[in-house]
Amino acid sequence: MKHFYKIALLVIVLIGLQVAVTVTDRVYYLTQLTMAGYYTMAVLGLALLMGYAGQISLGHAGFFAIGGYTSAVLTTFNLLPYSHTLLFRFLDTLHLLQRREDLYGELIVNVNPLIAMVLAIVISAVIAYVIGIPVLKLKGHYLAMATLGFGIIVYRVVLGTPVFGEADGISEVPPFLFFSNFGISGDMDLRIQNYYIAWAFVVLVLFLLMNLLDSRVGRALRAIHGAEDASKSVGVNTSDYKLKTFVLSAVIASMAGVCLTHFNGGIGPSEASVMKSIRYVAIVAAGGMASLWGTMFMSTFLNFMSLRGYFGSYDDAVFGGILILIMLFAPEGILSLSFRRLFSKLFSPAEDG
Amino acid sequence: MSIELLFQYIAAGITYGIIYAIVAIGFNIIYNTTGIINFAQGEFLMLGSMIAISLHSVMPLFPSIVLAVIITMFIGALIELLFIRWLEGPSILRMIIITIGISILIRELALAIWGESVRALPYFTGDEVTSVSIGVVKVSPQVLWVVGICILMVLILQIFFQFTLLGRKMRACATNPMAARLCGINTKNMVTLSFMLSALIGAVAGCVVSPITYSQYNMGTGLAIKGFTVAILGGLGNSLAALGGGIVLGLLESFSVWVMPSAYKDAISIAILLIILFVRPTGLFGSKETMALKEF
Repeated sequence: MKHFYKIALLVIVLIGLQVAVTVTDRVYYLTQLTMAGYYTMAVLGLALLMGYAGQISLGHAGFFAIGGYTSAVLTTFNLLPYSHTLLFRFLDTLHLLQRREDLYGELIVNVNPLIAMVLAIVISAVIAYVIGIPVLKLKGHYLAMATLGFGIIVYRVVLGTPVFGEADGISEVPPFLFFSNFGISGDMDLRIQNYYIAWAFVVLVLFLLMNLLDSRVGRALRAIHGAEDASKSVGVNTSDYKLKTFVLSAVIASMAGVCLTHFNGGIGPSEASVMKSIRYVAIVAAGGMASLWGTMFMSTFLNFMSLRGYFGSYDDAVFGGILILIMLFAPEGILSLSFRRLFSKLFSPAEDG
Repeated sequence: MSIELLFQYIAAGITYGIIYAIVAIGFNIIYNTTGIINFAQGEFLMLGSMIAISLHSVMPLFPSIVLAVIITMFIGALIELLFIRWLEGPSILRMIIITIGISILIRELALAIWGESVRALPYFTGDEVTSVSIGVVKVSPQVLWVVGICILMVLILQIFFQFTLLGRKMRACATNPMAARLCGINTKNMVTLSFMLSALIGAVAGCVVSPITYSQYNMGTGLAIKGFTVAILGGLGNSLAALGGGIVLGLLESFSVWVMPSAYKDAISIAILLIILFVRPTGLFGSKETMALKEF
């Protein structure tokens, strides 16, 4: 329970935030905070991969989109015309289907969101595994380009396939209700509970990752980041660890995608775009690469600002600027920036190599 | 399928392939002197063509292209001076992220200046409907411009790198920066020069393809990825092989339209990139020994 106090503090801050926005009559902030929470979840997974295992991924939005789209397709596809088939009856007797009425009162039978989520996770895990085996053998520019390429393929497929709604994406995704009136949904009246659900996921992921990093796995990952060949020579199965981390971070991203899709009631191709992936990387960089807390803080802040529209039409430029500034002046992240060190660096005579 | 159509596809494939090869050569020049893959390479094409289009509204076509190329060259130099020059032994991860950031900033700046509208330079000779017959193939004269200018650039570059002092200095920096410095070559200036050269090539290519492919603020990303694919296909750093790689990719893309919907066209070339990376990272024409000497 080493991290108990930190987690407890985070929970208190989260409750305080909710109370504050309710008291000041700004409950609408919770919508963006909820969305920021789901993005934070995905970014935390990336922080594990980039910051700790040292593997850049420029295609992480691809996994987010795979989760979101799988769930969206399964929960909006009307199975009613297939009700005479054996498979339909089989699924129905297992209570894997849900019945609901659409806006016009028509009966729709589709896959239960829980099953859709499980399938989304399985699909993204399998894809991450299959992609990961060859991709993670690459280093540096090649790794960056290969993951970027993967992200673009997902984007192009989503954009060019009718099942995924092409440029329009998929809308009217039903809420994901755990109990009768409790669950992920975009309903205005359920804003407070959705805020807590989203952040419960974030806290859970954070807790899992922190414990993972404190274990043998965490030490191995840090060793890989430090010197891959050296860790190999002392018996760390580097490719195995890298692959597992890759799959884990993909699964976390895809779960986040599933949740956000149910919360928003839809998903569009922009979730799979390269810019989204780069944005995740920017956040991890701003959070200090190997810092889960820094990443969480920066992700919440930047996503909230972006979702509220404070960056206006300069949204992408802001993230591009963040990337450059962080990498030029503070490769260890803003939070670890020591101003004294920066000043001493600026004003000390230049050392000529 | 008729034989004419087959040749038409081949002609289109070769045209696009040569464009990709030019982008790849831009990658190679910077990679050779610095070991950096400049992810903002595609933005040079966009800047070159967009600036030329803007200038063309006040001056004739040819001077506006020349001026646009010069401006882009200085932007290339500026990028190197501002973001690259003063970093001491940056990690590759850091350089990748910085050049990605630069490409986003340039793109957003272009969006702010020129908006989302699609523009184009006029055809250098003739217009949209003029065509030249070569055997059974009918091509637009602009295609001949693209092929001609691009091949000319490759030849001039070869001569520059092989026979001029400056070109030899740049090659020396690529082979062994330390030894080059000991011989009195200012390696940092050579890096600036490589960015300028790379921007020049990009801007020229952007201008000649603009009438065919049109220009938009976000045209760079797609071209950069294709260009990188070609650079890998030919073996990173090898400019003549890039020409071969470009034509291979152009033809594959051109013929992929038969078997798949054209919406997947970009996905095809990226899938090829991935396969090459996984199976033969040294490129089609590269050898293992030379690649072992290079750092990624």
